[in-house]
Amino acid sequence: MSVDHSHSHASSKSGGELASKEHASNAIATLDGRPLLSNAGIPLDLHWVQEVRVNTSAVERRAQSQTARRTVKKDWQAAWLLRAISCMDLTTLSGDDTDERVRRLCAKARQPIQQDLVQILGIEELGIKVGAVCVYHTFIETALRALEGSGVHVAAVSTGFPAGLSPLAERVAEIRRSVEAGANEIDVVITRGHVFGGRWQALYDEVATFKQACGTAHMKVILGTGDLLTYRNVARASFVAMMAGADFIKTSTGKEPTNATLPVSLVMVRAIREYAQQTGMAVGFKPAGGIRTAKQSIDWLAMMKEELGVPWTRADLFRFGASGLLGDIERQLEHHATGRYSAEYRHPIA
Amino acid sequence: MSIAENFVSMEYGPAPEDSKEAESWLQRHGRRFGLFIGGTWQAPAAGRYFDSFDPSNGERLAEVAQGSAADVDAAVRAARAASAPWRALTPHARARYLYALARLVQKHSRLLAVLETMDNGKPIRESRDIDIPLVARHFYYHAGWAQLLEQEFPGYEPCGVVGQIIPWNFPLLMLAWKIAPALATGNTVVLKPAEFTPLTALVFAELCQEAGLPAGVVNIVTGDGSTGEALVKHPDVDKIAFTGSTEVGRAIRSATASSHKRLSLELGGKSPFIIFEDADLDSAVEGLVDGIWFNQGQVCCAGSRLLMQESIAETLISKIRDRMSKLRVGAPLDKAIDIGAIVARVQLDRIERMVAQGVAEGATCWQPQVALPSRGFYYPPTILTNVHPTSIVAQQEIFGPVLAAMTFRTPKEAVELANNTVYGLASCVWSEGINVALHGRATQGRRGVGELHKYVRRSLRLWRIPGERLRSRRRSRGLGRIYGTRVVQARSETACS
Repeated sequence: MSVDHSHSHASSKSGGELASKEHASNAIATLDGRPLLSNAGIPLDLHWVQEVRVNTSAVERRAQSQTARRTVKKDWQAAWLLRAISCMDLTTLSGDDTDERVRRLCAKARQPIQQDLVQILGIEELGIKVGAVCVYHTFIETALRALEGSGVHVAAVSTGFPAGLSPLAERVAEIRRSVEAGANEIDVVITRGHVFGGRWQALYDEVATFKQACGTAHMKVILGTGDLLTYRNVARASFVAMMAGADFIKTSTGKEPTNATLPVSLVMVRAIREYAQQTGMAVGFKPAGGIRTAKQSIDWLAMMKEELGVPWTRADLFRFGASGLLGDIERQLEHHATGRYSAEYRHPIA
Repeated sequence: MSIAENFVSMEYGPAPEDSKEAESWLQRHGRRFGLFIGGTWQAPAAGRYFDSFDPSNGERLAEVAQGSAADVDAAVRAARAASAPWRALTPHARARYLYALARLVQKHSRLLAVLETMDNGKPIRESRDIDIPLVARHFYYHAGWAQLLEQEFPGYEPCGVVGQIIPWNFPLLMLAWKIAPALATGNTVVLKPAEFTPLTALVFAELCQEAGLPAGVVNIVTGDGSTGEALVKHPDVDKIAFTGSTEVGRAIRSATASSHKRLSLELGGKSPFIIFEDADLDSAVEGLVDGIWFNQGQVCCAGSRLLMQESIAETLISKIRDRMSKLRVGAPLDKAIDIGAIVARVQLDRIERMVAQGVAEGATCWQPQVALPSRGFYYPPTILTNVHPTSIVAQQEIFGPVLAAMTFRTPKEAVELANNTVYGLASCVWSEGINVALHGRATQGRRGVGELHKYVRRSLRLWRIPGERLRSRRRSRGLGRIYGTRVVQARSETACS
């Protein structure tokens, strides 16, 4: 059995969730037994946005207690770590990026775990690859070539990433250019100022415009949670982005002072659940930046499973935006396989 | 299951805590324990023992001594003999013993946590992360009080010999709540652990020996209700401290009414959990999980009565059911379990009976589809709706993972329903509106501990300024204080009272 990396539908081996539903043919996930379609957006519902209430201390308390409430050990841990890898967007977004760096990253994306470790773990059949490679527009072509035939997607950051403050026309043109260049996924940034000013219509229009420019490319909307700061802002921005048609909502650019945290993620994931329950449409989630350890990846996967369910632990609805994380997971897998922790240099770098 | 299969299913799989250390401690003692009196282990005078069981699988853990009146007498005499020298120590010297006990609890924390789980049935996560750390903190805290006693409470004298009877829901923590302040204020102690859960008290006795605590300062006499009765009636006990059911508390109050004995009672509750329409519902639901499904609902201050504003009731119930479906019920020694075993058959029977009666009276019972282990005493998380104030499930403490839910329409009605109970232990209010929230808290003033946006489990915070967090005893949940300044006062005679 090879893992299906095509992100347009859920893996058919997902425990029979879709087995007996009449609407299953278009469903990309189920929530509490109900099939969900991919997000086509809805008209802006201001009432919904204004009704949002988030209790800061309770959210933080739940996020903190959750990491102690769930743990996975042994073969289950190994399986969860592999799942984390399959949900990873390997990312390079530095000013000094070059084609060669991107090619190396893509090579790592195709073969995230070295062959001998794959053999010891006995997981050749899984054909583990990462979810996507995430780069600036300039490197789309290089990445596409390097990943050809692998099933790993190419995601391009766009719309004046990371600040997102170029003129709208430029940002839209940027998306179009990346889509024409062949990017499968586009990561856009919202204008945080619209959230601070409560200009929900403007935010909605902006995201809807981006979505239109994306066409069939899958759109992740970066909220910039490290800038938005309050959980209430994050929740409201989440709803507006989803209503405007986001395929995924993403925490942060990775360039903010604080990026993805469990409490912020909990708020966004609850918003996704609420949206799914109200509209019957599924939106994915991507925490980006600040996730460095294997243990953290387990914590996030547990949260996705608890709050939304197993469909949201697959690459079509969940991604980690990370770079260093893979290395820590490799060391953890090595320990599982051999009983010993390896030095970093024992695993090939990207 | 292979890694490949787990990869697809994303099951949690088992995550068992290792019980080897606890098993070998039990084995070292030949699974038979005597009484800890006058600093040594003694066989029970009448030679009788009773069994302590692991409720997760019904297996016998050990034989424990049945303390008779003669044993209680010996313990009280040992406590009396130790009393004068103990109170003659400097406060600093007493503080050092308490500090040593705190350190020893931390040193042996894993053994204590695992044994607590095996004896009580609570999830290892709770005993490891909540019970045992709080025990240690409680001893540290009272080490501080011991040190400060003379300057903060000049003229106070200890009661003398204190008889303490504790319940099974937080065995070692209840022991800490009793023993730490008593010792800090210069008292000596005879403590009777609950019949269902004596084991961690017996480890504690060994820690007393390891700390070099003078003989007779702490005496542990295991036994059933008759042992407790002997302690309550013993003429040379100066004070009785009891935590347990309201019925037994009442009996103790009658029994001690005409005696000189001071009394503190921490009894039952049927605490309201109030959710207004402007609350963050998802967060309130998490608060509810802590409020009623923590420790299988076997908590005196459990938020067992949900009062929800009518306008959000349907949405809230739906969220609660979804959340309940995610609660994992199973082997308490599994680190990823939310709900463990009920402490004993008799408690399980009581829960089943009361739920059945509630349903017979018109309540609707909902439980998630969850596979319960075939052995042991388990009860699924339960919510009862269509509950009226007259219903038994709204009036009486169930002491299980059962939530009784009612609606209200106005804040005034919420307060009225909340206060319509013979108990008055705890409560909490959820609302994002500051006016509603503070009004709710203020009018709940006849309640012991009123909380905003969190459940009282967290009120066991001992680093606050003494006296700031009181658990006052009013109505049927007892007399006296559990911690803070007042508890120090309660353990001592005042010059003028």
